[in-house]
Amino acid sequence: MNEYLEYLRINASYIWGLTVQHIELVGIAIIIAIIIGVSIGIYLTTNEDLAETVLAAASVLLTIPSIALFGIMIPFFSLINQGIGFVPALVALVLYSQLPIIRNTYSAIKNVNPAFIDAANGVGMKRRQRLVRVEIPNALPVIMAGIRTAVVLNIGIGVIAAFIGAGGLGTLIVQGITRTDMYSIVTGSIVVSLLAIIADTVLLLIQKRLTPKGIEN
Amino acid sequence: MISFKHVSKSYTGTEKAVNDVNFEVEQGEIVIFLGPSGCGKTTLLRMVNRLETITEGSILINDQDIGELNEIELRRKIGYVIQSNGLFPNMNIEENVTIVPDLLGWDKKKKHNRYKELMQLIGLDPMEYRKRFPNELSGGQQQRIGVIRALAADPPVMLMDEPFGALDPLIREKIQDEFLQIQREVKKTILFVSHDIDEAIKMADKIVLMRDGEIMQYGTPSDILIHPKNEYVSQFIGRDRAIKHLSLRTIAQLQEEIGLVDIDQSIVDSKQVNVHENLKDTLAMLLNQEADQVIVHDDNDEVQGAITIDRVQRYLHLEMRQKPAQAREKEKVIE
Repeated sequence: MNEYLEYLRINASYIWGLTVQHIELVGIAIIIAIIIGVSIGIYLTTNEDLAETVLAAASVLLTIPSIALFGIMIPFFSLINQGIGFVPALVALVLYSQLPIIRNTYSAIKNVNPAFIDAANGVGMKRRQRLVRVEIPNALPVIMAGIRTAVVLNIGIGVIAAFIGAGGLGTLIVQGITRTDMYSIVTGSIVVSLLAIIADTVLLLIQKRLTPKGIEN
Repeated sequence: MISFKHVSKSYTGTEKAVNDVNFEVEQGEIVIFLGPSGCGKTTLLRMVNRLETITEGSILINDQDIGELNEIELRRKIGYVIQSNGLFPNMNIEENVTIVPDLLGWDKKKKHNRYKELMQLIGLDPMEYRKRFPNELSGGQQQRIGVIRALAADPPVMLMDEPFGALDPLIREKIQDEFLQIQREVKKTILFVSHDIDEAIKMADKIVLMRDGEIMQYGTPSDILIHPKNEYVSQFIGRDRAIKHLSLRTIAQLQEEIGLVDIDQSIVDSKQVNVHENLKDTLAMLLNQEADQVIVHDDNDEVQGAITIDRVQRYLHLEMRQKPAQAREKEKVIE
């Protein structure tokens, strides 16, 4: 135990640096994923035919083994001299987050009580007003749940980014495996788990704050 | 004034939901669309604010074809009340009530004043409720808020789709009375969907009785009860149509037509009834045998006479047999 604490003491700033890198990668990926995913989800509610196709495609994306997806990125991004590192990792994470975000946004808006939609139309709201004032506020808890799933998923999958040189906490695990360094593997895993738990809790608090008071249970 | 001219609605591949409907609604009237579910009454209502498209024919409000108006503007000028859950759960009571004024771009102060005015109309404290949300209110309160929301921008026309249908009977009656009270002040032209014949008799100036997308009869409640136009109408309004009709008449009206009976001073066990009591409740009281004599008094507590089952029966005979017969005679003479 003392030996492990000693390891942590010596490597503290290194671990911290990797943690910050991990948060940056996942954080930026999530922000981009939310912007794209929520927009697509909302758009799909107006285009039934496309909805099925897009949701199916997003599902397929999620079935690709993560390590393979990161690998697939390399030849594509080599074309713009970004074959390994931050950019391909970011793109892979954005793609992975799309399914939970799109699907939850789409079904949350689709499942808003039809009586509210009817009332919104009846009082003379335009399509956009209905979306902003009625549909999104009432769909928010479910949309946020999708975002939370995506964040937790990304923090875990972000570990793989280390394989294509994007750094982050995966570095500790990859190095640990190649050097059979148990402390390194354990540390990497624990920090990733803590990060996921903290992120989920923080997002849950944000979700509660954003949820209109009238639709809390 | 609202005119329905050869209005039809068909969905692809099915028969007509609304078939060649023609009638006119006078300003300030409550017209109730009555019929069983699936008769097209709700579809017909929703065509007025274009939530449903009109397949054939046209609907005119004050001689203006609604098909030519911008649908968003049209809807903001028509109050709309639905059965349940029509309030937006994410908005507080004040935001809900003032949603149409808000869409119309009224300033804050004007909206707030209007909110206070409307809440006073239904006897709810504006300050107590303004920051509360619909789910904190009882079903009856929610429905009343739904009604004043529709009134917020003072639209000349209101559409109400079974507005009181989800309420329990006691509260429903209270809110119906309150609504009639409000209507006496605001005098809106109201189209109202209901499947409840008693509600229609109580609330309507005129009833549109529908079946399978067609109008079976259009007339005043009294008219429909006394002269059901066909077998379907008389079946729909029920065998007790005479009794129902009594709810539209008061002791005062009976007194005017055939007079009351003299009071028998020797009878000790008697009950009092106000001259403005409706005859249906009066008859029920007589049938209950609550007293040996029922004495009628007016608002100043002056005794007018006594009422008996026989009087009610005589009055019904006059209303349902003699008067229609006289009317037929007159028509013959004119011809």
